[in-house]
This record gives sequence, structure tokens and C-alpha cells, in this order.
Amino acid sequence: MYAQLVETGAAETSEKDREFQEKIDRGVRIEANDWMPEGYRKTLIRQISQHAHSEIVGQLPEGNWITRAPSLQRKAILLAKVQDEAGHGLYLYCAAETLGISRDEMTAQLLSGKAKYSSIFNYPTLTWADIGAVGWLVDGAAIMNQVPLQRCSYGPYSRAMIRVCKEESFHQRQGFDIMRQLCQGTDDQKAMAQDALNRWWWPSLMMFGPSDKDSVHSEQSMKWGIKQNTNDELRQKFVDQTVPQAEWLGLTVPDPDLAWNEAKGGYDFGEPDWSEFYEVLKGNGPCNRDRLAARNKAWDDGAWYRDGLIAHAEKQQTIAAE
Amino acid sequence: MDSLVTFCLRMGDTTLILGQQTAAWCGHAPVLEEDIAFANMGLDLIGQTQLWYEIAAEAEGRGRTPDDLAFFRTERQFLNAQLVERPNTDFAHALMRQYLFDAWHLPMQEALCESGHEAIRDLARKSVKEVRYHINRSRDLIVRLGDGSDESRAKMQAALDALWPYAADLMATDAVEETLAAQGVLPDLARVRRAFEAETAATMARATLDIPANGHARTGGRTGIHTETMGYILAEMQQVPRSYPDARW
Amino acid sequence: MSKEWPLWEIFIRGQHGLSHRHVGSLHAPDAEMALKNARDVYTRRNEGMSIWVVESAKITAFDPDTAEQNFAAPKSKVYRHPSFFEIPDDVGAM
Repeated sequence: MYAQLVETGAAETSEKDREFQEKIDRGVRIEANDWMPEGYRKTLIRQISQHAHSEIVGQLPEGNWITRAPSLQRKAILLAKVQDEAGHGLYLYCAAETLGISRDEMTAQLLSGKAKYSSIFNYPTLTWADIGAVGWLVDGAAIMNQVPLQRCSYGPYSRAMIRVCKEESFHQRQGFDIMRQLCQGTDDQKAMAQDALNRWWWPSLMMFGPSDKDSVHSEQSMKWGIKQNTNDELRQKFVDQTVPQAEWLGLTVPDPDLAWNEAKGGYDFGEPDWSEFYEVLKGNGPCNRDRLAARNKAWDDGAWYRDGLIAHAEKQQTIAAE
Repeated sequence: MDSLVTFCLRMGDTTLILGQQTAAWCGHAPVLEEDIAFANMGLDLIGQTQLWYEIAAEAEGRGRTPDDLAFFRTERQFLNAQLVERPNTDFAHALMRQYLFDAWHLPMQEALCESGHEAIRDLARKSVKEVRYHINRSRDLIVRLGDGSDESRAKMQAALDALWPYAADLMATDAVEETLAAQGVLPDLARVRRAFEAETAATMARATLDIPANGHARTGGRTGIHTETMGYILAEMQQVPRSYPDARW
Repeated sequence: MSKEWPLWEIFIRGQHGLSHRHVGSLHAPDAEMALKNARDVYTRRNEGMSIWVVESAKITAFDPDTAEQNFAAPKSKVYRHPSFFEIPDDVGAM
């Protein structure tokens, strides 16, 4: 998801750890200054900062189309949406900062390539239909993951997610609305929509991360109330929700193994190409280098601005003190 | 073309091209908070564009929509001031462009609040609140960054030197404005120019920036004469609708 | 390496008659910019009509480890709540 493969480290079992676990089991929210195991703190920092980085890098593929949106209203909607991603990154960085790491430190980890962010944002947006597909599929998948995070055991993260979910509810709908307009449009537009679905379907399924049976960290995260559902549960839910929507649009989901399974009350579907997923995570996706270069450029080019405003504030403080 | 239509296009094209240029910063600004703030201005400008184009389209009476006006006119038919098409060279240029625009836009919108044309008056009364916030913010940043570090001062001065000659195009007038002034649609535009001069002089003094003294001025945008950046802006902005002229989006 | 902008806590009054409520935080070089950034970041959906900003470092709070000693005492003062007192029904509204 927006935070994939978050390491948890090994759990300790001191008296304090046991008390902490009891608190979580009772559903008590952990707050910034409360005692917490180092592993919990570190896992949260990793997860929240990855989530924040994903929002920030996630601005880029969609931002790529703001200047080319095909109507004034679509331009405004897309700009508002990409702006929201910046806002969500901001809320999440602030939530992580309560755990004792600064935004600058987290930014440095992103810019150096050390920190991870969601694999999905390393795919290119090639046509206007991709903006529809990203909103519909990627935001759809994100919401599925984020709704349970509103109940996360860490208060600041849970509150940030409540705000994010409230704002994000229009994102998926605007994507679907773009797709709907295309699918009801000319043959060219419909072909454009199908092409976008073909390219975004599998990367969207990969967003949920590999199967939990291969994930060593999921169990601990679930015990700590940082993660509420398994990757496979959420992926299944996503497929079950999305396939009928694709049918409604008159589009074909590009999976020959896709079939309704009456017995389980859900769809059976094919396995994503996990070797591709791991390559993208390693930095070898189609856009990893471009995305990091764009973030580095924005940060480096903006240094004079950030420093200039601090210099002015310090001058004013000196004047006020005299 | 009808004077009213021309004037509305001059206004709407200016807010559209500035909105387009401003929107391009989303995801690339110096700090997250600025990504968000700049996008808010872009959204206001695109919203104002819609309103100007609605008035223009109605006055024109040819059944064109605001989107037709934005996406199916050529460079020579765009009547925006040249200032707003100047490139996003760096964030200092973007901020200075915004401020110089705001320094004209606010007195213009304030004056239009008294227009004899009802739709324009309504537009101005709605927009003027947005514009007051824009200049409040852009002016603050000009002062802070001018009177900031040596580097930020140098960047802002370079941006002012580059953009100041284009400010004149915001205030360029011809028979169109004269006709509309005679009809009571437009107020006395000399007032707007005086307000712009007072605003920029006071702000640049606080910002410790020097307004270029050589009086060099570039105009032409109001009659469709643009700088070389303009064609690229339109090529990018209009590419999708023009590739599929029968499509709806 | 440059100096990081300080962190500010943002409080917003959503409607007439309500208190300012903590909504989140952000970074800004000074108080005035913090206000402006808060307007842009936290009222994009018409959520506010008044904003307070406070530098995070200036907030004083109890140590959570002392929560018991700070907050346990009133728990036994049940007589402070109206439900403690039984009023016969035939007395009427009170």
C-alpha cells in the first residue's frame, strides 16, 4: 500500500511492553509523549513517513497532467486533488514528527533514495485517461487501506487519517467520473480508457503488497494495532468492488483468470508479477529516477526561499529584541 | 470584435494563463506549505477565468462555451497581458509575476465593483475578496524575501528586473477601454495605474528592492502580440481537446 | 544544511459560537506566515472562520507518566454530578 513492507524489528517482552500491549488490546490510543516500545516507535516512523512520501511523490504522476487537462473544470478539479495530496503528505509528516523525527530528516531520507514510497507512483501517466484510472483504481485502493487506519493505535496517525479520508472521498469519484465520460464518449476515448485500465490494473493490485504469508512484519504490526487487515484481505476486497465498476463502464479487466467464485462470494483472480514489484521497489521501475530527480530539484531549487524567509524572521526578532 | 467581448477576453485570458503557469508549481514548490498556497491561487484564477469567459461568450452570442474560448483559439487570438506568460524560470520569478499581477488586479477588481455592467460587477464583488488575500500573501513574501538573505534578495531583484518591463502591459489600454469607460462599464483606469504605482513603490521600498529606472516597457498582449513562450503554453494546454475535437471531457 | 522552519500548532474556530479546536500542525518561518499557511492548508474546504497559531515548542504539558496523580482524584467525587442525587418523580422537573 502507501507503506509497503514496513519492518517492525523483533518484539521485546518486558513488564512495560506487556502493559503497553494491554493498553492497545483495550483499544486505548497511544499519544506522542506516552511510553512506547522502541520497535513500535520505529515501525510507526517508517510507516507514517513512507505514507507521507507516497503522498508527496504521488503528486508527480497526476501533476504531470494539470497543465494539459482537457477542460477548465477538469483542470481545477485535478489541481485541487493534487493539492490535497500535498496536504495529506503534510498532515502525515506532522504525525511522524510527534515521534521525534523532523520533516527535514524524513525529506533527506526520501531524497537520498533511502526511504521507500509506494511502488505505484513509479509508473508513468501517459494519456488523460491515466488520470481517470489513477483516481479510480489507485485512490480506490488507497481508501481501502486508509479507512481502517483511522482506527490505528497511534493517536496522531489515526487523527491524520481521519482528516485524509474525509478529504479523499472525492478523489476516487473524480477518477471514476473521468472514466465514465471517456467510456460514454467517442471510440478513441473509449480505447484510451481501456488502455489506461490495461496498464494500471496490475500495478494497482501490487499496491497492497505481497501476500501476508510472505510478510514477516505483518503479524507484529497487527498486534500493535498499526495494521488492521492483511494485504490479501484488502486486495480481495478491492477486486470485488472494482470488477463490477469496470463492467458498468464497459471495460475489460486484463486478467484471463478473473472469475466469480460463488462458494467464497468473491472473485478469483490471477497473481501479479511480483518480480516486477520487487524491481520497482529496488528503484528500477519506469519512473523511479525521474520521480526522485523531480523531488530533489524542487528541494534544491527551493533552498534559497526557505533560508531567505528564516533570515527575515531572525532579522525581525533581533529588531524586536532591541 | 465587440468591445465588451474583447475586454472580457483580455481579463479572462490573463487569469487563465497565470492560473496555468501557477498550477504548474503544484508538486514542485520550495516547501509543502507553498505547494498548497500556490495551488489555492491557481484555483481562484481558473475560477475567475470561467466567469470572464461566460460573460464574453454570452456577449458574443455565437454559442461558444468557456472551454471553446480556452482551448480553440490561437495565439494571436489570446489577449492576455504578456507578464503572465513569462516563464516559470524559478520561484522568485513566479512570486514576482504573481505580485505584480496582484498589484494591478486588486485596484482593477475594486474599480470593477462599481461597473455599470451587472455581470461584471457581480464577478468583481466575488473575485475581489480572493484577490485581497492573494496580494496580502504575495506582498508579504516579496517583502520577506527581498529583505531576507543576500541570496534571496538577489533572486528577487533579478526577477523584478526581468519582469518589470512587462507590468506595463497589464495597464495598456486602447479604444476598447475608452469605449467601455464612456458606457460606464469601466471605471477611470488612470486610478488603477496610480494605485499600482503606489502599491509597488511602497512594497519594493520595504523589500529593499530597486524598481528598474530605465522606463523600458513591453506591451502588445492586449492585441494578441505575445512573447515566444506563449505558443508553448497554448500547445501544452490545448493539446488534448485539439487532438480530439469531437470529444467531450 | 539550512535551519528548519519551526513547527506550529493550528487551532480553528469552525463556526460562530464554537471554541477554537486543534486541527493539526505545519511549518512556517514566523507567526504571520504560520497564519497564512494555516489558512491555505487547513481551510481549503471552508472549515474555518478564525485561526490561532501557537509555536509547538511553546506548549507546556504534563508528563503522561504523572496522569494518575494529576487526574485520579476527581474520580471519587461522584457527588459533583447531578445523577448522584435521587429526586422523587413527583417533585417534578429539576
